[in-house]
Amino acid sequence: MVNNLAMPKSWNADTKPHKFCPGCGHGITLKILGEIIDELEIQDRLVFGVDIGCSLLAWDFFNVDTVQTHHGRTNPVMVGIKRANPELLCIAYMGDGGGYAIGSQHLVNSAFRNEKIMAIVINNCNYGMTGGQMAPTTLPGQKTETSPYGRDPETMGSPTLGPEMVAAIAPAGAYVARASIANIRQLKRFLKKAVENQIAGNGFSFVEVLSSCPTNWRTNAKQTWDYVEKEMSKYFKTGEFRTPDEKKEA
Amino acid sequence: MTDKPIQGEKRVFMTGNEALAWAALAAKADIMYGYPITPQNEVMHYWTRLAPKYGRKFLQTEDELSAGFTTIGGILAGRKAFSATAGPGTTLFQEPISMAEMMRIPLVMAIMQRGGPSTATVIYSQQEVNMVTYGGNGEGWRVVYSTATHQELYDYLIKSFNTAWTYRFPTFVLADGYQAKMREPLVMYDPEERGMKMVEATPFVGLPGMPGKDRPAAHLRNTFSVEEELYEAIIPIHQEYEAMIDHVVEWEEEDVDDAEVIILSHGVVSRAAKAAKNRLREKGYKVGYFRPITLRPFPEKQLQRVAAKCNNFLLAESALGQLARLVKEALFNVPVNKLETIYKPGVGFTAEELIEKIEGTR
Repeated sequence: MVNNLAMPKSWNADTKPHKFCPGCGHGITLKILGEIIDELEIQDRLVFGVDIGCSLLAWDFFNVDTVQTHHGRTNPVMVGIKRANPELLCIAYMGDGGGYAIGSQHLVNSAFRNEKIMAIVINNCNYGMTGGQMAPTTLPGQKTETSPYGRDPETMGSPTLGPEMVAAIAPAGAYVARASIANIRQLKRFLKKAVENQIAGNGFSFVEVLSSCPTNWRTNAKQTWDYVEKEMSKYFKTGEFRTPDEKKEA
Repeated sequence: MTDKPIQGEKRVFMTGNEALAWAALAAKADIMYGYPITPQNEVMHYWTRLAPKYGRKFLQTEDELSAGFTTIGGILAGRKAFSATAGPGTTLFQEPISMAEMMRIPLVMAIMQRGGPSTATVIYSQQEVNMVTYGGNGEGWRVVYSTATHQELYDYLIKSFNTAWTYRFPTFVLADGYQAKMREPLVMYDPEERGMKMVEATPFVGLPGMPGKDRPAAHLRNTFSVEEELYEAIIPIHQEYEAMIDHVVEWEEEDVDDAEVIILSHGVVSRAAKAAKNRLREKGYKVGYFRPITLRPFPEKQLQRVAAKCNNFLLAESALGQLARLVKEALFNVPVNKLETIYKPGVGFTAEELIEKIEGTR
């Protein structure tokens, strides 16, 4: 039986339990996002955009107007909505493929133009929905279905550092951070500040979330947690990269 | 700031791209999203100059993919949004267009055809017919108006907004670089002053009330989990498209009743075809003229009815058989004596060469 009391009000109880794999970081992130939607009372002015890949499973996750778009195209759809009706709050929710590979031009240009939307990239070091291929964020040496002998940076490139890239190009007013499901309090703080940055209309708001994919990593609970907390965080540093007042939490 | 950019009837002499920008204003378009490509650039040039005077908006995006998807975003927000492109831009636009087909998003676009395939020329062709009618990984749920004159560019862009917002299928004005760049006279007007009712835009997201409480949340998707779920979602779309056909299909025919040969063409080529038909009639030749205005849905029944009167055709197009494919499908199972073709991919037609062709074969 589903315990409605444990759910954020903005969740769509009819679609719970949700469709993500056990141990996946999407559920944790979306629970925190639900709490933020409730706390900031933005459920009735929010448009949630989900990409292709595992993020699309959230198409009916919230009782929030939601648009499931194409792979990499969630940023421009949210930009189009925001430009047409600036009263709405728009969150583009995608994986590392949508953010840093097929949709990277949209991420880069949304940041350059300081679009008044928020983008969340779930970084789980691989393409989950399609069965565990190498992603822009796959770590050096990491084995995936398309890097079966481990990612060799010489021939396959190095992992994309999304927030660092966005922080380097976004104008003043942008909010850029990287959080992790391994530090839920910080994750909530950063996501909330990003939403508040959009409410204030300061500029582009961007949060990458270090997340888990036990199904494709083929890891048990302890190994999964260790990978996020110890391996991923070595390469992907959590913290704030840009804030509107340029005071940053490391 | 006035809401009515055009008051009264205004006779003007301008390029097709300029006429399109004015038509979008007159149709109460709220916002254009676009990316530069020749020969449609001046649609944006005029729109960006005019739009702020009438409280309208513009966004220049990073590419055509973004132009298409931001346009979709604008429409989801309940605004009349549009874009324009050509050639390789039309190729990139297939992705957002297919999403608009699946999600019934009233996308409006002007396509100013240039040479193809690939980068080809920036000048002229009719080689984007396949792509605009049936491009994308879908079933061609689009309305495509192929225009021939600047007056039609103006009329049909206004009409496209109504068609799109009435039936919720992506709707196109399919023209070309010649129409984009040449100047000719037309009459501009405010459609409502002529008694034409403009369909109101309504939002897909951000409606009043608390989603899940006062109203259902909009959960809009284009992905389905299993075969039958998809089947059940798209068959009703197909049925609604079919039910729309008789309401939107348009064509033009002249002198077909006693014709011994009928010239088939579309778009700007139909001007040469009509002129050839008129001059051949003056010389005593029994020549007819048929032109589909909507290439999708195609005026099948109408062409079949004409074929029952005369089944000798001369088909002219600035492509290698893209119109011919639509014609052959329409005339399947109809006895056709002769379907002669002149294909000139990327090259225009004159009336004289059509006259010569028909005189030479008579």
